[in-house]
Amino acid sequence: MLPSVCVAKAVAASSAPLNYLTSFGAKADATRPLTWGVTLISLAVIIIITLLVAGAIWRRPGLAPMAPGARIDVGPESGGLSWLWIGVGISSLVLLLSIVWTVSVLAEISRPGVKPALTIEVTGKQWWWQVRYLSDDPSRIFATANEIHIPTGQPVLFKLVGGDVIHSFWVPALAGKTDTIPGQTNETWLEAREPGIYRGQCTEYCGLEHAHMSLVVIAQSPSDFAAWEAHQIQSPAMPVGQAATGMSDFNMHCGSCHAVRGTAAAGILGPDLSHLMQRTTIAAGTLPNDPGHLAQWISDPQGIKPGALMQKPELSGQEFAAINAYLRTLQ
Amino acid sequence: MTATDYERAPTVAIEDRNSALAEKLQALWETEPGFIGWLSTVDHKEIGIRYIVTAFAFLIAGGIEALVFRLQLAWPDRHLLGPEQYDQLFSTHGMTMIFLYAGPVLSGFSNYLWPLLLGARDMALPRLNALSYWIYLCAGIFLYAAFAIGFGPNDGWFNYVPYAARAYNGGPNIDFYSLGMILLGISTTVGSINFIVTFLRMRAPGMSINRVPILAWGTLTASAANIFAIPAVSLAFFLLWMDRNAGTHFFDVPSGGQPLLWQHLFWMFGHPWVYAIVLPAMGMVSDGLPVFCRRPLVGYTAVALGTVATMILGFGVWVHHMFATGLPSVSLSFFSAASIIIAVPSAIGVFAWIATIWLGRPVFTTAFLFFASFIVLFVIGGVSGYMTGSLPVDWQLTDTYFVVAHLHYVLIGINVFPVVGATYFWFPKFTGRMLDERMGRWNFWTMFVGFNLGFFPMHISGLLGMPRRIYTYADGMGWDWLNLITTVGSFVFAVGVLIFIVNVVVSYRRGRVAGDNPWDAPTLEWATTSPPPPYNFVVIPTVASRHPLWEDRLGEKSESQPHAGLVLDHGREAVGTDPLDAEPDIILKMPSDTLAPLALAIATTFVFVGLLGHWWWMVAVAAIATGAAIVVWLWPRPELGETAEARNV
Amino acid sequence: MSKRVALEGKLPVGAIDTRASGWWAMIFVVFTEASLFAYLLFSYYYLAVQPHLPGTFPEGGTPDLALSLPNTIILLLSSAAVAWAQFNIEHNQKWRLVLGLGVAALLGIVFLVVQYFEWAAKSFTLASTSYSSLYFVVTGFHMAHVVVGVLMLIALTLWSAMGYFNRFRYAHIHIGALYWHFVDAVWLAVFFTFYITPLLGLKA
Repeated sequence: MLPSVCVAKAVAASSAPLNYLTSFGAKADATRPLTWGVTLISLAVIIIITLLVAGAIWRRPGLAPMAPGARIDVGPESGGLSWLWIGVGISSLVLLLSIVWTVSVLAEISRPGVKPALTIEVTGKQWWWQVRYLSDDPSRIFATANEIHIPTGQPVLFKLVGGDVIHSFWVPALAGKTDTIPGQTNETWLEAREPGIYRGQCTEYCGLEHAHMSLVVIAQSPSDFAAWEAHQIQSPAMPVGQAATGMSDFNMHCGSCHAVRGTAAAGILGPDLSHLMQRTTIAAGTLPNDPGHLAQWISDPQGIKPGALMQKPELSGQEFAAINAYLRTLQ
Repeated sequence: MTATDYERAPTVAIEDRNSALAEKLQALWETEPGFIGWLSTVDHKEIGIRYIVTAFAFLIAGGIEALVFRLQLAWPDRHLLGPEQYDQLFSTHGMTMIFLYAGPVLSGFSNYLWPLLLGARDMALPRLNALSYWIYLCAGIFLYAAFAIGFGPNDGWFNYVPYAARAYNGGPNIDFYSLGMILLGISTTVGSINFIVTFLRMRAPGMSINRVPILAWGTLTASAANIFAIPAVSLAFFLLWMDRNAGTHFFDVPSGGQPLLWQHLFWMFGHPWVYAIVLPAMGMVSDGLPVFCRRPLVGYTAVALGTVATMILGFGVWVHHMFATGLPSVSLSFFSAASIIIAVPSAIGVFAWIATIWLGRPVFTTAFLFFASFIVLFVIGGVSGYMTGSLPVDWQLTDTYFVVAHLHYVLIGINVFPVVGATYFWFPKFTGRMLDERMGRWNFWTMFVGFNLGFFPMHISGLLGMPRRIYTYADGMGWDWLNLITTVGSFVFAVGVLIFIVNVVVSYRRGRVAGDNPWDAPTLEWATTSPPPPYNFVVIPTVASRHPLWEDRLGEKSESQPHAGLVLDHGREAVGTDPLDAEPDIILKMPSDTLAPLALAIATTFVFVGLLGHWWWMVAVAAIATGAAIVVWLWPRPELGETAEARNV
Repeated sequence: MSKRVALEGKLPVGAIDTRASGWWAMIFVVFTEASLFAYLLFSYYYLAVQPHLPGTFPEGGTPDLALSLPNTIILLLSSAAVAWAQFNIEHNQKWRLVLGLGVAALLGIVFLVVQYFEWAAKSFTLASTSYSSLYFVVTGFHMAHVVVGVLMLIALTLWSAMGYFNRFRYAHIHIGALYWHFVDAVWLAVFFTFYITPLLGLKA
């Protein structure tokens, strides 16, 4: 079911899967020292200023609050400008150095080292991710959803398309975020150093189920990736028995929104389900992908993701069981 | 008629609060008693108090909204709120705090204090002042009416398209928000005009531009920024309302519109606005802190110039809210560099405040605690802003809770804490009574501990990748305990705010009597009674330094005359002075109480109500009423010196 | 009894020329309204440089100068009439003041009528494309400012005829004139953007 992945590599990220204080790919690797750098500089500034304020307050005994009408001594207006010169001077230096460091990291990550061999088109939709693997050879173009596989050790180009409202594509372990905006195609690139599962999430408020619009990037060795890709290009095997009945039920009730490669179901409003069982999660990362959760999702999508554009399908008990059986064959 | 028919040489006198002059001024300037007087007053002190009270009411509303959704977010996968409710709560919370609390509360303090600080009888345009308050109140009610009937804004305070377009947001939520914001923008704009004209024309004789209190610099700068920035957001909301109601195509792509046009217009306003809602508060600290350090502010000129520089630079950084939108890296780098450099003028203020404490002798009042702690909170908010200014880092940080931490440190740290401190400082002047100092200690520590407990962890949950604006989150993301601590902290903070309100309510009646100058402070507002008489000063003070009441103790020749000066009593009168050196150049006739501002505010509001419901007859009637109110207001009046008739010169 | 010390130096009293608070207020009204038009024209230029199908920006080709150019002249003449009126009140010529203001108001009304005919002759409506939306909204905002200006000029004409003003006290005139000249200047920017820039190559 799961591709052979070295899950241990993701352990460092697994306690906080969306953190970016650790990094697992070229772009995030280049950014991480800068992130730590500005964080540590900031902490140092806070500590220094706090010490200065505390020192200023407590270096001499304070005066008691005055009774109304009392007159208390007043110090002279002069003095203290050296504080400004030194403080602002040091601050300006640190800020200028930060700008230089920022620009140098920017130069490093704006373009990949080599021209990417693979291009993936991602379209942000309410509330899932449409994924299309592009190719010069039309027979090698295929669609999937919410789970993206990439080969390790090489940059992958992502074309980010706006589907309905603005979303933002973010896989923190690998790179910073880029929006998907209607009317334009943004580009970013990711490169994973080693195999692993890297979580992502939409990070531009996009409506009711913005909270449940996650994605997963699975990096595999080039040979494993090639095997996965070849499998994705194939249509799923023809079902038999109950699953065959399920397929025709599925085409009738679900095919207007969902597509399965090589069958009559060709809907584009919802995720492509051709190799659904290969995915680790469903409903854009909301539920683990196992028969129980899959059945739960189909029977009550609004209960799990209120506002999702998938309405509760009107199915008899028999149709429900058949469709579930069919979906379980979509390896 | 000759020129001399319109001139007079005013007499000069020594202040005598028991004189016939004082009685005459009282009769001329006091607000008519009763309900009509309350509705028609143009007294800046009454208007200022109204602004402050109304703003605090909105602060409480916005705070309760936050407490409710903090309960939802206290633990993973809670079901206290559904997504629709959560979305309206967080959007209304943001709108309330940023637009209905943060700006107006500073307008309120500035409104009350400016004429007193500047040695004037009132603001330059008293009727316009009343109008700005009434429209603010009407706009606040308009916006909250939406929330009350379940159609509150639900696309965040920033309201991005396409989600705000009719195709994705079919109810009236966004129409309420758009029209309400345009209405509110009128209030803010006319208020800003009033502050600028007052600064330029109403200062006491001798208050040259380098003797003006820093609060005046802060509010002036914010007001000038508003003049140039507010039209951007008003236009954005108008274009959105047109797209949603008239079928225009400014933002939708298929017909040639662009979603990013919204973001540019919004942030070209939005970034200057966040400086507008902190610079006056920083000015209050710059004026109040030195009193409790027993020495004038270090580096007055640098601080004043730093204030202006921050605001000017603030117009050049708006794209840092759009770093993830795919704009070319070259142009983004410019905005990244500007966003980092803007910290330099802020650093001027920080070191000026520290130096003032260092070289002074602290007086440990509650006000001092708020002003001193503000420096640390300012720096925490400032450095998190610096971090997000670095473009590659922002690509990770933006739209996570790190930014939520940053914005709350700058808004609560640089607006709320100074406002509460300013209340402890100036409450005696407003009411004649002191706030209770022991309750003040409890107030400070609960607010300080609660705030940091609530919001510091957000830096961490942000660095651990927690996105913003999500109504729930799964467990196993590493955010559980951080969110629980944040929720607890926010409730502690709320208790602190409650203690503050109790202190204000109790001390209003039973606080210790304050007298003119309970803090032995240096500026002109402390030269008159607490509370001041309606006419502020019996005679117009003249000023020769930044700290008129401290001159004798600073070893300066005591040249300021806080208690002697021009007699202006031929009706309601004030002196106009030139913008740089504040030499008197005219005697201004000031308006009496009038219902015109209220009438105009109501008529204008009904134009917007009509637009909301597409009741065009209402729009037409209200527009005519608006025009009539303006004509009546502006009709040339002899008693205001606007006509050829030389009455009461 | 207060001690009163006499002071040399007389001060003018009331709303006297540019020392009137209303004058300063109008300066900043002009700044904020000018900003509004700056953002409107920013929106035009921002959308203009985006990709459009050929011939759709401007829609229906470059807008015709046949009505808009004479209309621009009319507006400039109205400003000249107001300036002449201002000159006259400074010399206490009441009826010339009234004449100047009245003529300016009439020219303003002519401008509005001509623009109405221009609007009616357009091949597109408000809801056709982004260009059409811009055209009607931007020129519409300007028209609204002209309407306010005309009403203001009518009021000033009336008040002048009623003898309210003389060569010392006429702040209302200067304040209103400033607004009217601003409306005229903004039209030049709008006119340039919509009618001239397509001729200079800014079009799809």
